[in-house]
Amino acid sequence: MSSPSSQSRKRDPPTPASEDPLSPPSQRSRAHDTSTELQPMPTSPAMDVSLFSILQSEIDASSPLMYGTPSSRVEGTPRSGIRGTPARQRADLGSVRKAPQVDMHSEPVSENAVAGSEQGAGQRLVIWGTDVNVGTCKEKFQRFLQQFTDPNSREEENAGLDLNEPLYMQKLDEISVVGEPVLNVNCSHIQTFDADLYRQLICYPQEVIPTFDMAVNELFFDRFPDSVLEHQIQVRPYSALKTRNMRALNPEDIDQLITISGMVIRTSQLIPEMQEAFFRCQVCAFNTRVEVDRGRIAEPAVCRNCNTTHSMALVHNRSAFSDKQMIKLQESPEDMPAGQTPHTTVVYAHNDLVDKVQPGDRINITGTTLIFYLSCLLFSSGIYRAAPMRLNPRQSQVKSVYKTHIDAIHFRKTDEKRLHGLDEDGEQKLFTKERVAVLKELAAKPDVYDRLSSALAPSIYEHEDIKKGILLQLFGGTRKDFTQTGRGNFRAEVNILLCGDPGTSKSQLLQYVYNLVPRGQYTSGKGSSAVGLTAYVMKDPETRQLVLQTGALVLSDNGICCIDEFDKMSDSTRSVLHEVMEQQTLSIAKAGIICQLNARTSVLAAANPVESQWNPKKTTIENIQLPHTLLSRFDLIFLMLDPQDEAYDRRLAHHLVSLYYQSEEQLEEEHLDMAMLKDYIAFARTSVHPRLSEEASQALIEAYVDMRKIGSGRGMVSAYPRQLESLIRLAEAHAKVRFSNKVESIDVEEAKRLHREALKQSATDPRTGFVDISILTTGMSATARKRKEEVAQALKKLIQSKGKTPAMKYQQLFDDLRGQSEAAITKDMFDEALRALADEDYLTVTGKTVRLL
Amino acid sequence: MPTVHDWISDPLGVVEGLFAQSNTCPDWEKKVVEYFKEKLKPNDAHTWVPSLNDVPLHYLKPNSLVKFRCMVQDMFDPEFFMGVYETNDPTLDSKVKCGKYKDITEGGQVDFNSRNTVTSERQTFYCVPIPGESQWNSYAGTSQARVVPSTSYVPNRHKRSYEEDDEMDTQPQQMKGIKNDLQSHGNIEPKRQETEAPSHDSSPSHCTSSLDLNFPLPGEKGPACLVKVYEDWDGFKLNDMLEVFGILSVDPALSVIADEREASSLLHPTEGMETVEEQRVHSPPASLVPRLHMLYAQPLVHNNPLLPSRSFYLNFYYIFTLHFKAELLTYLTHVLLGDSLAAEYLILHLISNVYSRRDVLPLGKFTLNLSGCPHSSPYTEHLYKVIQQLVPSSYRLCMSLHNMNNQRMVPRKDYTANRLVSGTLQLANNTSLFLDETQLEQGQLDATGVRNITALGNLITWQKVDYDFNYHQMEFSCNINVLITSEGRSLLPSDCQVHLRPTLNPPNLEEYLSAVQVAQVPSQLNKYRIYLSVARALNYTISDEITKAVEEDFVEMRKDDPQSMSAEDLHRLLVVARLLSLSNGQNTLSRDGWMKAKQLEALRMSRTQQQKCVNGNEP
Repeated sequence: MSSPSSQSRKRDPPTPASEDPLSPPSQRSRAHDTSTELQPMPTSPAMDVSLFSILQSEIDASSPLMYGTPSSRVEGTPRSGIRGTPARQRADLGSVRKAPQVDMHSEPVSENAVAGSEQGAGQRLVIWGTDVNVGTCKEKFQRFLQQFTDPNSREEENAGLDLNEPLYMQKLDEISVVGEPVLNVNCSHIQTFDADLYRQLICYPQEVIPTFDMAVNELFFDRFPDSVLEHQIQVRPYSALKTRNMRALNPEDIDQLITISGMVIRTSQLIPEMQEAFFRCQVCAFNTRVEVDRGRIAEPAVCRNCNTTHSMALVHNRSAFSDKQMIKLQESPEDMPAGQTPHTTVVYAHNDLVDKVQPGDRINITGTTLIFYLSCLLFSSGIYRAAPMRLNPRQSQVKSVYKTHIDAIHFRKTDEKRLHGLDEDGEQKLFTKERVAVLKELAAKPDVYDRLSSALAPSIYEHEDIKKGILLQLFGGTRKDFTQTGRGNFRAEVNILLCGDPGTSKSQLLQYVYNLVPRGQYTSGKGSSAVGLTAYVMKDPETRQLVLQTGALVLSDNGICCIDEFDKMSDSTRSVLHEVMEQQTLSIAKAGIICQLNARTSVLAAANPVESQWNPKKTTIENIQLPHTLLSRFDLIFLMLDPQDEAYDRRLAHHLVSLYYQSEEQLEEEHLDMAMLKDYIAFARTSVHPRLSEEASQALIEAYVDMRKIGSGRGMVSAYPRQLESLIRLAEAHAKVRFSNKVESIDVEEAKRLHREALKQSATDPRTGFVDISILTTGMSATARKRKEEVAQALKKLIQSKGKTPAMKYQQLFDDLRGQSEAAITKDMFDEALRALADEDYLTVTGKTVRLL
Repeated sequence: MPTVHDWISDPLGVVEGLFAQSNTCPDWEKKVVEYFKEKLKPNDAHTWVPSLNDVPLHYLKPNSLVKFRCMVQDMFDPEFFMGVYETNDPTLDSKVKCGKYKDITEGGQVDFNSRNTVTSERQTFYCVPIPGESQWNSYAGTSQARVVPSTSYVPNRHKRSYEEDDEMDTQPQQMKGIKNDLQSHGNIEPKRQETEAPSHDSSPSHCTSSLDLNFPLPGEKGPACLVKVYEDWDGFKLNDMLEVFGILSVDPALSVIADEREASSLLHPTEGMETVEEQRVHSPPASLVPRLHMLYAQPLVHNNPLLPSRSFYLNFYYIFTLHFKAELLTYLTHVLLGDSLAAEYLILHLISNVYSRRDVLPLGKFTLNLSGCPHSSPYTEHLYKVIQQLVPSSYRLCMSLHNMNNQRMVPRKDYTANRLVSGTLQLANNTSLFLDETQLEQGQLDATGVRNITALGNLITWQKVDYDFNYHQMEFSCNINVLITSEGRSLLPSDCQVHLRPTLNPPNLEEYLSAVQVAQVPSQLNKYRIYLSVARALNYTISDEITKAVEEDFVEMRKDDPQSMSAEDLHRLLVVARLLSLSNGQNTLSRDGWMKAKQLEALRMSRTQQQKCVNGNEP
């Protein structure tokens, strides 16, 4: 340790000895082991963490006094209460670490011997290089297990447990029943229970976890003395709060317990790793076992029994192996700064964690980073033997790069629950307290709604209501579960359709939203097929297994699926949207795979009018030629039209010019930046769950009744329950914008207003000028239907007036009707009237003749 | 002629020297960087440093300071290395050494258990020469470069190396002479020559077949380099253009041959995890892919060798360039068969530049669609040659069916080899992409073709490329000038379409075009090059007064006929006005400039209208 400034980075690679084939054990210097390092030995747990880790790593590599827990050794010491249950080697902790202790021919050390070495230094006994006192640590952990309760637990795994009873004791009960000897422990629980214990766990996982193991086993076998387990219980801590971005890993994290998230990109084949070699003497059949040290076996040269040299032979099938798998983990795309490529890390999974994850999974992984030497020696691979003999200076050169990997202790898939239930906690983004304060401050502002909506896609001019609609879509409603009453999930997502003239920046708006939300998908109706949207079954070329590949809708579960050129989509493709947009699921029955996937996605679609220009004389349905069944599933349908008025033009021009020529900073001042908006939405989505207040529900009822009333005067239905649901969703979303857990009447007001605006634009009957919801729900306005009936009646009258003529000419009848009627009657209308009468079994049409029945 | 400096020939010596004082001054690492920055500060200092771009690798002294003009093609994972280590060489007493800026430890056995060991972190970038660099750019003679007026900058980056004399020129036949010369020089250890020679003699084509150097464009040559970055690697982005000053490391010991590795991997099971492909990519032979330990890097604003690299000076230049425009216009008019309007638009296109982004919207891009080019004639090829002569880097993409269906345009992550496999669209900023749609024939596009077309469309509209990471896509924004030549209107989107209307009809097109090109003396071409680069880099502002006028004008135009002027038209008009002003050397918009832009647009529109009438069936 030469200079204090470099201390933080200065670290001894903790395991060089184990991977260093250059220096056989005998050569390694053991001179500086003991005396010098004793002084800084921590006696108080309050000391600086980083210092501890340095000390620890520096010492343990050379210390003969490694602490070995019974559970980390196959031939563990027998211990009280755990009769007969075999300990299982924890490859995840000590595969590299235990090397020195074997190497030093240290006797299986008992706890006392470990701690005893410290007696001179102070009154407390700690493991060397750490401030961990085995006894205290064990005791603390047992107390934690016995006492910890988490009444507010929302974790899925704890479902069915009594939240007011000690959580982990229930889990132990579970183990005794199920027989799976693994105890998953949430690190944040430990932290709330005992911060010091938590710190120790994070800093010295390789010492503390075996201690935990010991504690659990004692406790368990005290409680269930008769239970039989496959091996001793292993503790698997997870979600260590020190959740790291892969990018943030640096040399200081080595040997610490970390949790990082990422995506699995490759898994290796299963690698059997020899843990213990079994040798038998060819001469006298004497058996001996040798533990593997640093991936190498020290073959006994002499038989201890008969003293024959070189008579020992390895017996493969009596050697002990453990499973190991290499997993490549890549940074998840959300964590990455723009313009850089993702980093990857190597993870080793051991024993039963092998094959738990597949490429493409997104996981949170808890483990320890380990470092080992790049043992790339130059020129010759047999360096281990050759180096000491041939003193070729070249060969002593080493590529001065280390390799690192993470030994996995616990995997947690972040997307595994997509198939069932909610995964809100998996997605919860960690916000710092300051950030939350800033967000809350923003939320408290009275004009937060306007601020946010103007921050949305600032480069797109005006269309305030559309932006507000999209903003509410981004927040979404509250999830309600009615499974118990048989109705299933209520849709909480808001769907929006934008239609309008080409070139009114619809695509740009979609692009913006797609870039804003973490789980956004962008597809174009032209290019996507039904399978591309939903899911398809593929044969994996390697395993020849059928694999389900998910499409855009499933991928944007909990996000927004932006579909451009919605009108260009083929009918079959569009039909899959029916289920998604109301039930929020996707059913698949293909190639023997039948399943239902969750697709709780909001759909933001953009459609162009069929005649390329919006025809104001036609209804929305006629303009965009989409089936009304689909249209009625959109909560809001907006028209984006070119308004063509001078004041608007002026503002537009100003907006565009300033867009081009204002400097970056000026714009920043005017608007919230995108990152802020992102955080705001993410926070609101995860932590605000508004419920309807009494007052708000009254307001909603009134609003709905009012909507029904409008139409009833003219003999048509102007609102359906679907509209009421939309209103509720919008009101909830608006409450979320305010970070309010209660939906109040102002939310309902805004929902009503927005809904009305959207209807005004999209559901106005061009013939009458009234808003008519049936245009969207049935595809035809009430007046149009009425008109149709009138024509049919007129036709019937005309035929009846003609007396008993069994057959008539088609063309002649048409001309007669036209002559008789005051309003213009098109051929279409005539045909429709004929069809209507044919349905009544009044007549039939065959070719060019009409016959009465 | 600068003398050989110690800091160039032996930079590691300097590093060692500073490291030796590390006891007294703890921030020696910073000192090292400072030292080299200081040394490179004098105006012509960096011209003394030999360039990896121009000098073949085997003429460079190992462990000397070199520079490399490159683009970051891929970023590998960060690696931990021995920053400080101790050797237990029996001849010396235990000695602490510095591992920074080196690949290999030296001096006896390394004591792995030493308490002095410091683990540090560094990042590796895979860098390739800037894709599509024009011939004149890489190999331009020194004599041409000296035309640049009024600056002390002497762009003799083309010097082979510092050992050479000034009279050494570009002629390749002289190279042999140099080689012999060097061999007698004894400057390079003979052993290295031996190991290097075969790999060089077997020609680059052979090398690439055995080892894919991952160049974005097909047919590219040049050294690829693994650049080790020690500081602030977060500041660099993929596809950045850099000029790296670093220590060259070509120790043959680094060249790990795959099969040797396989043998050794049996011994070290932990290493067997890396696939052979990964090995190949991440530790290729140093003779092909040298390592460069970065001391200092400067991001390049442009890669025009005729201009100083610092953008600071650029604004002084525009005064000189004013009169170049007229000449360039005449030249391009000749090239475009007498169509001066198209020539004007071509200039605007060539100086366009994405200068800012508003959320997803790139501002300042100006994709030009030059329609009316004759189908399958050598005309477009000649046109490209002319453009290639003018811009520092460019690429012509023939949009033939075969190309569209087979070329890999979007870079893709190869997880087996753990690298980003490059594609045609991985280009550095300000590259000119020439899309030749006249080569397109009828036929079917397969899935790749459709993907490629979509990628091109995205590139044009959003100036971004979605790299394929297999499980997800990642968006990388870019700044590429796209010029589309087509017969009718292009199938790709474009900001502006100009229909070529030739007024000349030379009987022999090829002869005519080559005559036009030959007529341009190199010094003339250099003027154009400077002009284009300068105009593109200028700052531009607009006053409040003009803003008002523009708004008024827009409202006025809408009043007459709202159909004639949409928001999109205003967008385009603003860009045209900007580019037109810049091309005339004005860095602010004047009323006059606005009117001119409007006239220009009106002229172009009327031509497009006419074209529609003629063709009738055109959409």
